[in-house]
Amino acid sequence: MPNGNPENTKLKETRVWEILAEIPDPEIPVLTILDLGIVRKVEFQEEKPIITITPTYSGCPAMQRFEKDIVEAMEQNGFEGTEVPMIYEPAWTTDWITEEGRRKLKEYGIAPPEETTANKKALFFENDIVTVTCPRCNSKNTKLESQFGSTACKALYKCNDCLEPFEYFKCL
Amino acid sequence: MKKDLYNFAIRMGDTSWILSHRLCELCSYGPFLEEDLAMTNIGLDHIGQSEEWLKYAAELSDENVDADFLAYRRKEKEYRNVQLVEFPNEDFAYVVVRQFFMDVYNYLLYSKLTDSKDVTFAAIAQKSLKEVRYHLRHSSNWMVRLGDGTAESNERLQNAVNDLWFYTGDLFVMPESEQNLAKDGIIPDLAGLESDWNKMVMEVFNEAGMQKPEYEVLASGSFEGQHTEYMGFMLCEFQYLPNMLQDAKW
Repeated sequence: MPNGNPENTKLKETRVWEILAEIPDPEIPVLTILDLGIVRKVEFQEEKPIITITPTYSGCPAMQRFEKDIVEAMEQNGFEGTEVPMIYEPAWTTDWITEEGRRKLKEYGIAPPEETTANKKALFFENDIVTVTCPRCNSKNTKLESQFGSTACKALYKCNDCLEPFEYFKCL
Repeated sequence: MKKDLYNFAIRMGDTSWILSHRLCELCSYGPFLEEDLAMTNIGLDHIGQSEEWLKYAAELSDENVDADFLAYRRKEKEYRNVQLVEFPNEDFAYVVVRQFFMDVYNYLLYSKLTDSKDVTFAAIAQKSLKEVRYHLRHSSNWMVRLGDGTAESNERLQNAVNDLWFYTGDLFVMPESEQNLAKDGIIPDLAGLESDWNKMVMEVFNEAGMQKPEYEVLASGSFEGQHTEYMGFMLCEFQYLPNMLQDAKW
């Protein structure tokens, strides 16, 4: 009965994490879904992998792609009937983006989120406004152009020194 | 109890759903590119929030329905969204004021709902609250920019405030099913949110140079499925395709 063997399960779990580490974010392909920190846990129900994920933004169209991509990647590696349930609690935060993920974002030209999400003022959320570093020339002399960008997770900035526009991964 | 939870999930889901429809109408019609993106981004957040509420409502329903059915295939009287979100885009001042009133309301409501005894309510609230912060900052900035801008922008903003204020009373009306939920610690006392809502709105009004309109009576009745005259037209448009193709899928 190799299926019930705990060592065997451990091996399969490790394999699943390896496969997940190869799946890119459909909108920011330099990041993998593990860099984003959306995978909460990996379990097995008999032979079926159960991979629980947390949505980033609630309306983010990438979430359905994540589900599809995970199921397909698992199938290609011989895991059948993968399920990808979503949990909403605790809510995803940009704090869960890994160090590796932040480095890759910056190299790709997207400024990574600058601060943690605690201690924000109620009304105008002035403390939400942070100094964002230009991912191209590292200048801190940058300007917010728009709080909303090409995807739900990004804002538009401009660097006052190198004059390049760039995207900033918003804190959530 | 289950019916009460369903009613509230429907109210929240429908409100976000109708508001998202109004915001998405602005896609490619925004006053400039960044604002076009902002409005559609905020609309997308509302679609997402609505989907979570309607999924939960479908689970709670005694009938065999899913979130898509609830979104697209009900009759006008079965929608429970607050009336304010139905108001058409008219000009940009109306878009800003409608959003600002709703953002303050959602900010206060979701802040309280994070402590809900219902774990799904609390989870949806925790997620939505993060998004609402961005919405509120955006709309309150616009309130001040337009109100404190030119004589014309001030006048147009005040017109929108005057017209839309009439629909704000509806936000705080609590039917019996919601009073039951409040007693059980599942939702906050909506009527109790009103004073905080007024306080936050007035803070921004003061900075924007807006006058609070005086009405003797405010519109209400969304909890009974009463709508403004705009609702039917909107439903005709977004239910057209599901009506024509019964098995249409996203």
